[in-house]
Amino acid sequence: MICVEGIDGSGKSTQLLLLERWLRSRGYPVHFTEWNSSRLVRRSMQRGKKKNLLTPTTFSLLHAVDFADRLTYQILPPLKAGMIVLADRYVYTAFARDVARGVHPEWVRAVYSPALRPDLTLYFRVPIDISLERLLSGRAKLKYHEAGMDVGLSTDPVESFRMFQSRVLEIYDQLTLEFGMRPIDATAEIPNQQRVIRTMVQEILRDYDRNRANLKNGVTSQSR
Amino acid sequence: MASHPSRAKTWYGHGLPYIAKKRLPGHLIAIEGTDGVGRSAQIELLRPWLELEGYAVSNTGWTRSPLLSETINEAKAGHRLTVTTFSLLYAADFADRLEHEILPALQAGFIVIADRYMYTAFARNSVMGADPQWTREVFGMALVPDLVLYLDIDVKSLIPRVIMGKGMDYWESGMHLALGIDLFDSFERYQGRLIDEYRRLSSEFGFLSVDARLPIEELQGELRKHIAEYLSAAYRNSRPDSADNRASTRKE
Repeated sequence: MICVEGIDGSGKSTQLLLLERWLRSRGYPVHFTEWNSSRLVRRSMQRGKKKNLLTPTTFSLLHAVDFADRLTYQILPPLKAGMIVLADRYVYTAFARDVARGVHPEWVRAVYSPALRPDLTLYFRVPIDISLERLLSGRAKLKYHEAGMDVGLSTDPVESFRMFQSRVLEIYDQLTLEFGMRPIDATAEIPNQQRVIRTMVQEILRDYDRNRANLKNGVTSQSR
Repeated sequence: MASHPSRAKTWYGHGLPYIAKKRLPGHLIAIEGTDGVGRSAQIELLRPWLELEGYAVSNTGWTRSPLLSETINEAKAGHRLTVTTFSLLYAADFADRLEHEILPALQAGFIVIADRYMYTAFARNSVMGADPQWTREVFGMALVPDLVLYLDIDVKSLIPRVIMGKGMDYWESGMHLALGIDLFDSFERYQGRLIDEYRRLSSEFGFLSVDARLPIEELQGELRKHIAEYLSAAYRNSRPDSADNRASTRKE
């Protein structure tokens, strides 16, 4: 289980895509899953966002429902089948964003306690200005929740983004220590970041490779 | 909680840290009890009585939040959820109603009657095998009710009532747990376990238990007696400037 974390515009999805390409080309069975992508709560989420009905707690719980559903269908079965799961955002997104919105840090950790711990979590560290630049060059406007407009820090989206995402960044930095996330310098050139990432991944795949080799040679796996 | 009706309100766990502490002069009364025990019929009778007595009343009910009710119905129709996912959906529904219905009404001095409260999740989850501690932590954002009235019934008395009412339904019979070979069997076992669990919670949380086997009018009389006692104590003790009705965060 490998996941990527970081604020919007940190480049984590790009890096995960490149990693996926590489793993597939080397013959690994890979399954990709993304934060907030299950169909289950899509309608509630859309309605909540559009009508501005979401509070920090319901925002958090809707994402938790999404996560629990993906844990059941997208994460646990491929892992049990011996595949590699790549997750674009994981529980640390909730720990950072929801706490920045005001929910209690212990409460959100309890909510996500059914989650299992990833083997590798890459944290893409980027200064606010660079992430803003990336987001604004790709599309004209910042999204309402991405900019943390619901928190009411500022009526100007760019200013609000800056203030809200600074809080998120600060919490991410603390989480890095708490959960042993591996920081990646997200301001570095794309291929250079990818090189660093592939080295890290290769390291954690050593056991996995050994098990696969044994299986191929007809030796039963001794792990688990 | 029942013996100290005018005590300041408390959150069950961490509460909602981002909400400014405001006075909550209203009263939160939860009606608990298993499926088909007659909660809604009783609540329908309570409201006009309270209004006649001069109290403003607001109702709220399990899975009735505008944000989640459709999603929950769809999810139930789809049969694809684990107990964990279900719990979180119910918690989201609960939080939505807490923040948009219950707290504003309590601030405005209303009596809020809740058809089911967090104890329903505690009872069901325990029967369905979820980690009870986890369920309780998830509902740590809840406000503790001022009064919990529990409509108690044994499964033998419940069965004819349900059959003559709207009939045994898939979920209320616990068919999702595959407890028996037919609906009746499953209903009996599932509801039996639920009732055991409710009774355990009743003593743990100090519910006021009323015998739901009584005829509707008599049962209503019992409920009114308990509510009247609570309210008269609450209003006798309340002095606008001395009583601090602000909810305090405290782990029970």
